[in-house]
Amino acid sequence: MTSLLAQLLGPDPVITDGAWGTQLQALGLPAGECPDAWNLTHPDRVRQVAQSYVDAGSKVILTNTFRSNRITLAGHGLADRVADINRAGVDISRAAATTHAKVFASIGPTGKMLMMGEVTEEEVFAAFAEQAAALGAADALVIETMSDLEEARIAVRAAKTTGLPVVASMVFDSGKDRDRTMMGSTPEEVAESLAEAGADVIGANCGLGMEGYIPVAKRLRAATALPIWIKPNAGLPELVDGHIVYRTTPAEFALQALVLRKAGVAFVGGCCGTSPEFIHALHTALQG
Amino acid sequence: MEDLKKMYDAILTGNFKAAREITQQALAAGVDPQALVQQQMIPAMDEVGRRYEANEYFVPELLISARAMKASLELIRPLLTASGAEPAGRVVIGTVKGDLHDIGKNLVAAMLEGAGFEVIDLGVDVSPEKFITALNERHAGLVAMSALLTTTMNSMKTTVEALKAAGVRNKVKIMIGGAPVTQKYADEIGADGYSSNANAAVALARKLVAA
Repeated sequence: MTSLLAQLLGPDPVITDGAWGTQLQALGLPAGECPDAWNLTHPDRVRQVAQSYVDAGSKVILTNTFRSNRITLAGHGLADRVADINRAGVDISRAAATTHAKVFASIGPTGKMLMMGEVTEEEVFAAFAEQAAALGAADALVIETMSDLEEARIAVRAAKTTGLPVVASMVFDSGKDRDRTMMGSTPEEVAESLAEAGADVIGANCGLGMEGYIPVAKRLRAATALPIWIKPNAGLPELVDGHIVYRTTPAEFALQALVLRKAGVAFVGGCCGTSPEFIHALHTALQG
Repeated sequence: MEDLKKMYDAILTGNFKAAREITQQALAAGVDPQALVQQQMIPAMDEVGRRYEANEYFVPELLISARAMKASLELIRPLLTASGAEPAGRVVIGTVKGDLHDIGKNLVAAMLEGAGFEVIDLGVDVSPEKFITALNERHAGLVAMSALLTTTMNSMKTTVEALKAAGVRNKVKIMIGGAPVTQKYADEIGADGYSSNANAAVALARKLVAA
């Protein structure tokens, strides 16, 4: 285990953060605009989101760099800003975290499918290696919301070139039991394969709510000795009067997090639909 | 040709090369292309779909089978067209305005092509105007819209409204899909159908075209 992880991990799970995109929208980010570009154009508002999580009790916060690989940014006409956006993302989270939290920099999927031949392995590796290098001032890297184990493995190998600890987290929401990745991988296959690729922490995020991720967390826990990272959604989205709502309340979310603690999960936070209120509720429940 | 069953197996296992070779041999041997499609290829894709629903197949298997199917259909289609046979249907597909995610849309497009539909793929961030123009120009009977984000799915609603305003709503069937999309949402915005995955999208498209 890396020294950073040894320093962070204790008997209780480390509390990470919640969703960023919806928080940025609440601060005026228009729908359809690339949230990561705000690291350059509205750093104060991105900082506000980071700060809200630190204030709510996050001991690990991520960065607003989920889409900041060359392939995804190209879709927004920002391929030449990879280095700037990623560096700014780390600086912003660092300024909010100070000594209260560690900064784990976010790396999301490219949005292109390897097996459809839309991108090559070499292009994907180069894009992630470039992003990871630009995130080098972070404490660790988080490869998250991955649907394709092959892409996740490439991202892990690219991220490891920085020498930073690497969390690798996939979405499990497919198959009749909602316990597979989109490409059909099981938690056991994911744990083994990502560990083999060099990941230091294995996780699951997005896709399902707490209820869905409790069994997935248990299976990941049983499949690997590495620490486990879980960030569920606030339940499944529902449409009410034309607006998307997530029904799970912060209190319900935090109550179920106690089950994750019992299952031996090392890092707990939230994904879509969660907010600083969820993190505050987790803090209260897990420290109580 | 006695071993047409090989065609079935090539599609079922997603063997792209074998599918093309067997098709060429069968056509050279004078096999009725319509019979090859109806008796071997479509039943094979139906079995792929069944295995997907049963969790025996996942997205990769769906994709390679759809690709084998498409490779074979590319050889057969000119013959079918010459004999006056129409494609299963003509679909205009795209990810709605404001949304750049195309994995789900591409999966559905691949599966529809594999099922014999003619697919007109408008790409991502497709405005209502672009959908309308394509529907008018290509005389498609079906439009398929995708969105990944809760923040962009509302573009589906505005697109349906734009289709109504342009007077094309009644000429087409509308199907929608994507992570945050539900049947309830489809009902609410007045779409004709929703499917939760690329396999179910084929069954839905067939149903809507037949209706």
